[in-house]
Amino acid sequence: MKIDHTQPLEYSTEQNQLNILGFWIFLGAEIMLFATLFASYFIYENRVGNGPSGGEIFEITPVLIETFVLLTSSFTIGLAINAMRLKRTKAMLVFLGITLLLGLGFLSVEIYEFMHYYHVGATLQTSAFTAILLTTLGTHGAHVTLGLFWGLFIMIQIKRRGLTPATANKSFIFSLYWHFLDVVWIFIFSFIYLKGMM
Amino acid sequence: MEFFERFAVPHPSPLIYASMVAIGLVIIAIIAGVSYFKKWGYLWNEWLTTTDHKRIGIMYIISALLMLFRGGADAVMMRLQTSVPDNTFLDAQHYNEVFTTHGVVMIFFMAMAFVIGLMNFVVPLQIGARDVAFPRLNAISFWLYFAGAMLFNISFVIGGSPDAGWTNYYPLASNDFSTSVGVNYYNWALQISGIGTLMTGINFIATIIKMRAPGMTLMKMPMFTWSALITNAIIVFAFPVLTIAIIMGTLDRQFGTHFFASTNGGMDMMWANLFWVWGHPEVYILILPAFGIYSEIIATFSQRNLYGYKSMVGSMVIISLLSFLVWVHHFFTMGQDALTNSIFSITTMAIAVPTGIKIFNWLLTMWKGKIHFTVPMLYSVAFIPLFTIGGVTGVMLGVASADYQYHNTMFLVAHFHNTIIPGVVFAMLAGLTYWWPKMFGFMLNEKIGKWAFWFLTIGFCFSFFPMYITGLDGQARRMFTYSEATGFGPLNMLSFFGAGLMAIGFVIIVYNIYYSFRYSPRNVGDDPWNARSLEWATHNPVPEYNFAVLPQVESSEAFWDYKKKGHKLFPDSIKKIHMPNNSGLPIIMSGLFFIFGFSFVFYIWAGVIISAIGIFACMAYRSFEKDDGRYISAEEIKETEDKFGGAGQ
Repeated sequence: MKIDHTQPLEYSTEQNQLNILGFWIFLGAEIMLFATLFASYFIYENRVGNGPSGGEIFEITPVLIETFVLLTSSFTIGLAINAMRLKRTKAMLVFLGITLLLGLGFLSVEIYEFMHYYHVGATLQTSAFTAILLTTLGTHGAHVTLGLFWGLFIMIQIKRRGLTPATANKSFIFSLYWHFLDVVWIFIFSFIYLKGMM
Repeated sequence: MEFFERFAVPHPSPLIYASMVAIGLVIIAIIAGVSYFKKWGYLWNEWLTTTDHKRIGIMYIISALLMLFRGGADAVMMRLQTSVPDNTFLDAQHYNEVFTTHGVVMIFFMAMAFVIGLMNFVVPLQIGARDVAFPRLNAISFWLYFAGAMLFNISFVIGGSPDAGWTNYYPLASNDFSTSVGVNYYNWALQISGIGTLMTGINFIATIIKMRAPGMTLMKMPMFTWSALITNAIIVFAFPVLTIAIIMGTLDRQFGTHFFASTNGGMDMMWANLFWVWGHPEVYILILPAFGIYSEIIATFSQRNLYGYKSMVGSMVIISLLSFLVWVHHFFTMGQDALTNSIFSITTMAIAVPTGIKIFNWLLTMWKGKIHFTVPMLYSVAFIPLFTIGGVTGVMLGVASADYQYHNTMFLVAHFHNTIIPGVVFAMLAGLTYWWPKMFGFMLNEKIGKWAFWFLTIGFCFSFFPMYITGLDGQARRMFTYSEATGFGPLNMLSFFGAGLMAIGFVIIVYNIYYSFRYSPRNVGDDPWNARSLEWATHNPVPEYNFAVLPQVESSEAFWDYKKKGHKLFPDSIKKIHMPNNSGLPIIMSGLFFIFGFSFVFYIWAGVIISAIGIFACMAYRSFEKDDGRYISAEEIKETEDKFGGAGQ
């Protein structure tokens, strides 16, 4: 492995650069995935059958908590990558830890939200609207869940192996993923919740 | 007992029982054969765990050929059933299953695999790279495709095949109308192999963007590599749509949602829309690499530079953009307003323009060229007029108002086979023949190859041209039989005759592989076709590191200019080469995916949970694994190169 010291650690080998480019292309595919979900959501939005509409079941409090928690986690993972650039492994691990805890908080509130939907009679089988709502939120939530494990594995590796071109590369790519989930959430917040409650 | 009854085939016939026995015997024969010749170690170390793009490509092609015969058997059964009026060879349900699996197998597991196989083998060689960007991911792609293909193929002996057509329209595909587990198989097989295809797309874009040989700017890439780049871009943007559509279909069938139902807010046309938003780009995923292969072959055997390089690239880019804007033309008759139909009618016909440009470029490449009518060239030359007929009938179908006459008739069946067979299948056979010496170090017999070509081409015309006529006369597609009074009998018999000729053609190809393996001379040299691009600048068959020294490129016909103008192709000296390690993880993970899919099809939740845990365990293992690859030393490379007769030319 040739290491190019003029580049930041995460870009320092040829394979690292390939990995980052490859992940950006993967995010392109993810954009299409969520775009399809959003397009379907807009089609089904008013097709509520005998079930409730969005305005009737959305609650602003848990949604706002989720939004603030996830947006903050996007900020803290930015700090983690900044710490990585400064070679401050400990600070990086702390910020990564905070990020994952915030992610866990987000997920807990989302599970509470899903239970709420279940109690008010908006389940997967209720109507096409509830199905696409839960599928869209669920796909995002599944991404966050996967991210929690992925992030945890990376933290363990940094702890064991220190900051190497490989671990730095993984951390950077993970931060791209996490920011992406945040962007998707902003769209969910604006075009599903706010639009539904207006 | 109830548990086991689910696995029974709902419509058993002697044919299916015979297939069960045949599958059992083949599996036993393979296991016995490999054990007898003590080849398990070789198979595992050299093939099943390989991360070498060339071997993965060859495995894709072998699988594609197997699927070609599976799908071909379906095709012959359909032609046999419809060859005479009121035939009773297949009943309606069985016929539904046969045309469904024919379509799915041919599109997803034959054509896609063949295209991706050739891309795997050729693209890294054409750009002067040593492998793809992510060799391990490449192996996962292949094994996921293979797991999906096998899952789909066991459906007809365990539980029943899907029967709602390869387009799988709802409500026909819903639990109400498709009661066996067949459509579950459809969903999970396509979902699993679809993930593999998406990974291939990412892998090849990264490879082509970042790993080209020094000097090879984008506009100096060989045309096949250009077509691969654009194709993979389409894959990355189209396949996620299919992923979501299939998830919604799975939720409908297995979790009781109402996405595509007609109650509780559901909308069945949503499936048709999502399917074709993916499905129309999909047909360009198949045809663009075929265009790339024809461009290579026509230039090589006309001994001229490809005419209109820039317009070739431009037209492919335009086609790729338009391919996302035409999906509604698959259902003009299903109730949109006239304005919507008009818009999609115009975008559809617009695609004929860039395609026409390409046709003229190929013709002008041959103009005044020294044409050598080898087997690959014969396929390419036959492709031009036959594909043009398919294109013109496509424009006819694209006229929305006229489409009310053609829709769902045999005219449509004739049209798309007329584009796919001379377009994609001929390209795959031409490409396979063309690159065969690169893969195996000997050439396929030309004379036998020409016999196969004539059987296929004439058989194709007999099979599909009669369908244009019966279609215009009103014969609906997907009908398992018709009465004598319709008068469709004689022309359908002609189609069956054509299908027979094509079947003979494919058997000749298999015989040719056997014959050439036994008798072809092995000293064909590195450049048997007098070709133009970089893959011919290394040895036949290609050593595992591809190029001992990375080539330096100065034009889009790098190898030709090296031969004719004396460009120095390999300026460097031999150094140690970094290579990826083999890994058993991809095949193990795909095996778990297979179990996951199978369990899901039959609602075996324990199997779903255990295999899902296994899949995540594999991913976690991969995350913690340290694998920096290995080096081949300069001495070793020199030794290998000496065996081939001279280092780096």
